[in-house]
Amino acid sequence: MEFKNPQEELELFRSRLAFAGGFVLFCFTLLFARFVWLQVIQHDYYQTRAEENRISLVPMAPNRGLIVDSKGVVLARNYSAYTLEITPSKVKNLEETIDELAKILDVQSKDRKRFHKLLVESKNFESLPIRTRLTDEEVATFIAHRYRFPGVDIKARLFRQYPFGAHASHLLGYIGRVNDRDLEKIEEREAEDNYRGTDHFGKTGLEQRYEFELHGVSGFEQVEVDSGGRAVRTLARTAPVAGNNLTLTVDAKLQEIAENAFGDRKGALVAIEPSTGGILALVAVPNYDPNLFVDGIDSQNWDMLNTSPDKPMVNRALNGAYPPGSTFKPFMALGALTLGKRRPEQTISDPGFYNFGGHIFRDDKKGGHGSVDMYKSIVHSCDTYYYMLANDMGIDNISSFMGSLGLGQRTGVDIDGESEGVLPSQAWKKKRFRKPEQQKWYAGETISIGIGQGYNAYTPIQLAQATATLANNGVMFRPHLVKHITDTRTGKQTLVEPQPIRTLPWKQEHIDVIKNAMVGVNKEGTGARAFAGAEYVSAGKTGTAQVYSLKGAEYKAGAVKKELRDHALFIAFAPADKPTIALAVLVENGGFGAQAAAPIARQVLDYYLLGKLPKAPAPADEEAVEADE
Amino acid sequence: MIRNLWLRLITPIDGPLLAFSALLLLIALIAVGSASPERITAQLVNIAVALTVMRIVAQMPPQRLMHLALPAYVFGILLLIAVALFGDVSKGARRWLNLGFMRIQPSEVMKIAMPLMLAWYFQRHEAGLRLRDYVVALLLLLLPVALIARQPDLGTSILVFSAGFFVIFLAGLPWKIIIGLGVAGAAAAPFAWSLLHDYQRHRILTLFDPEKDPLGKGFHIIQSTIAIGSGGILGKGWGHGTQAQLEFIPERHTDFIFAVFSEEFGLLGNLVLLLLYALLIGRGLMIAANAATLFSRLLAGAITLIFFTYAFVNMGMVSGILPVVGVPLPFVSYGGTALVTLFLGIGILMSIHKNRMLVQK
Repeated sequence: MEFKNPQEELELFRSRLAFAGGFVLFCFTLLFARFVWLQVIQHDYYQTRAEENRISLVPMAPNRGLIVDSKGVVLARNYSAYTLEITPSKVKNLEETIDELAKILDVQSKDRKRFHKLLVESKNFESLPIRTRLTDEEVATFIAHRYRFPGVDIKARLFRQYPFGAHASHLLGYIGRVNDRDLEKIEEREAEDNYRGTDHFGKTGLEQRYEFELHGVSGFEQVEVDSGGRAVRTLARTAPVAGNNLTLTVDAKLQEIAENAFGDRKGALVAIEPSTGGILALVAVPNYDPNLFVDGIDSQNWDMLNTSPDKPMVNRALNGAYPPGSTFKPFMALGALTLGKRRPEQTISDPGFYNFGGHIFRDDKKGGHGSVDMYKSIVHSCDTYYYMLANDMGIDNISSFMGSLGLGQRTGVDIDGESEGVLPSQAWKKKRFRKPEQQKWYAGETISIGIGQGYNAYTPIQLAQATATLANNGVMFRPHLVKHITDTRTGKQTLVEPQPIRTLPWKQEHIDVIKNAMVGVNKEGTGARAFAGAEYVSAGKTGTAQVYSLKGAEYKAGAVKKELRDHALFIAFAPADKPTIALAVLVENGGFGAQAAAPIARQVLDYYLLGKLPKAPAPADEEAVEADE
Repeated sequence: MIRNLWLRLITPIDGPLLAFSALLLLIALIAVGSASPERITAQLVNIAVALTVMRIVAQMPPQRLMHLALPAYVFGILLLIAVALFGDVSKGARRWLNLGFMRIQPSEVMKIAMPLMLAWYFQRHEAGLRLRDYVVALLLLLLPVALIARQPDLGTSILVFSAGFFVIFLAGLPWKIIIGLGVAGAAAAPFAWSLLHDYQRHRILTLFDPEKDPLGKGFHIIQSTIAIGSGGILGKGWGHGTQAQLEFIPERHTDFIFAVFSEEFGLLGNLVLLLLYALLIGRGLMIAANAATLFSRLLAGAITLIFFTYAFVNMGMVSGILPVVGVPLPFVSYGGTALVTLFLGIGILMSIHKNRMLVQK
């Protein structure tokens, strides 16, 4: 660099200074442009963002709708209780915290197990209950120690309660904490917003089917929050709207009596009002206490319910499929009349067996029933009559007639997960089996179908529906549990309108023949003992379904293991001339239908029609009934 | 008597400089009063201390400052080395030196010592500046900048670097070299990237896309932009900024106080603030242009441009156009150290202005 004179030097400096000044102005202009962009052009957007920051919508879960029986007795309700809840994400050491809590409150190992089960299922920002239903004293104790437990708090929550305990559990179902599958359903209905404050969801039964009726509309509190999410003040509040109440067609007392009638036996009973399809009682035993599920079931109870050989979690009324045994016979007879395959007075001669192509089909009564007409075939449950009839009708006729009664199809009852059962036919067999030799229907297979054995397998609710349809002279209804839904806000009741599914093309004279024979069953036949002294005229039919093939040997109940014993069945309706109740009873491994199932039906009919129970349960005379079934 | 005393007290003081900085202090009190009212008293004390320092420095002749240049620089370098060896670690950075009775942040010293040193150096070689002199100056500059950057303290190292660079630039560093350095710097950027600490990289990355990490590194920028944007043209009014009052703005009384002010006073407030800075800087540049010696010219120009750097970097980062580096808003952010340094600078400007004629005469 060459020498510069001071003036030149000053010029250079000032030009640099001017450049710097220009740069400053440029940068400040840039900043100003940025401010204009943010504060004028994008103002609305940032204004919204600031409001979203400031205002938090705190959802308020609505009260779940009540479930009441046909007489207004509450079957599912809510109560408010304090729970002690831990937010895992806010707690450093969960185990230590729970240990410390256990020093001041009663925390049992089942509480811990349940907590850990919930922890596995939950998202970690949720607060999860470690204890539920705290007493006032416990609440006070915890509040005094609260400062020691960050992330642990007491919350007032509504709990579901089923006052009847295990009774009706299979129809009510239960609710449990929302899981991923439930979330999918919520998303399907685009109800995410409405479920933001809700942590329970119907899992089975009516609680599941009517979840979106029972749930209600979430309320919201607009709360001003600081950056830590702490509420500063409430700005506005939209109250939640309680869920709709369900009024059932079920009579809780009848339900209880029916369940008790089973004692410790397993089985199912479905009683239907024939003129509407309304279910009066839906029993599946053994049952379980749905209250166990509400705050999250502990693993011990869960394992017990799931591994028990009695399978208490299975709803036998809808999911158990059983051969109908002799309860199939009145429908066979009606089919024969309708198709013109028999006349009522036409008789057959029963030698005690039926020979089909060299294969002997035995009748239960040694030596046979002699001369048998249709009435006698039903009253005394003559097998030979139906072996012959089945052969005369053919499998496809039987199948299409029984299908028209709804057998082997889902009834459409308002509980999810109903089973189909099996309505055997040539088409069914072709679909059911793979190998060509198995796919063929053999004429010999039709014979035992006639007495409700063979491939026949129907759910108790299907049998009850068929019985109700017969009682209602062929006008068929969809069985349903909910009579009406009440909007809690307006009080408006939405009736579940019973619409006949179809009216079967039966002749009344044919129907009367069958009904008359079924009245005979309870008067002088296999059901007579169970219905001795009844103050009304009832119609019924006993049935015994083989679980175990005896291969020609004689069946002796005491000689076979309990789980291989026959299932006892009974279908009935009453009063015979104007039926108000029709039912199907199944007692698993109960032995003879007359002995095990008919007395249960008697208790239910007595209570429903007379409001009282029979004086002494009719003692079963094994010898007498054995001969006839 | 009293009149005399008053006159003696105000003689070295430059009216416009004091007026502009006082208005900025008023804004500071308003903003701190909204963001953190409990700190008002402390800030008043800080202001009193800073003004005292200003007054003392204002009457020091520039020659005295020149004598202080080399010792201050050497002392600053020694302190920075001491920090590197024995400094206290706070928030992952080694910035503080514990003297037993107080903790000091030596990097702060360099903000003034750096331009002082370089101005002194150029004054000594005034007779004929050669390329060699610029190279030496650059080395003198890079030594403390490197020491501060590895503490790590990106914000302060940027301020110290720009303070020194302004001196070299104003001293006439040829444009060819400036452009050459710029190109070389761009080429070295990937290498420099590898030297940066993780948190510094995150800050730079989140600048480009703050929404990518809305709860983590991007939170500060997102919340401060929301605050500014939601302020609109007229602002939400003093004490009514929801972003500020509900604590969505981080560090709202220090580095992000601009977001608080901007939310509550809007575009209009921002305009006033920018205007005050522009006036203050304009006055500083005027003083530099009229200063007597090369030393005082360079020093005044550099100090003025540091004010600009502070203001631009801070407002730029808070409004989301520059990365988040720890630079306070000059004269407005709460805190004593920065305020004292700034008024030290104001004092030096006043002194230079007062002595503009002396040598020439």
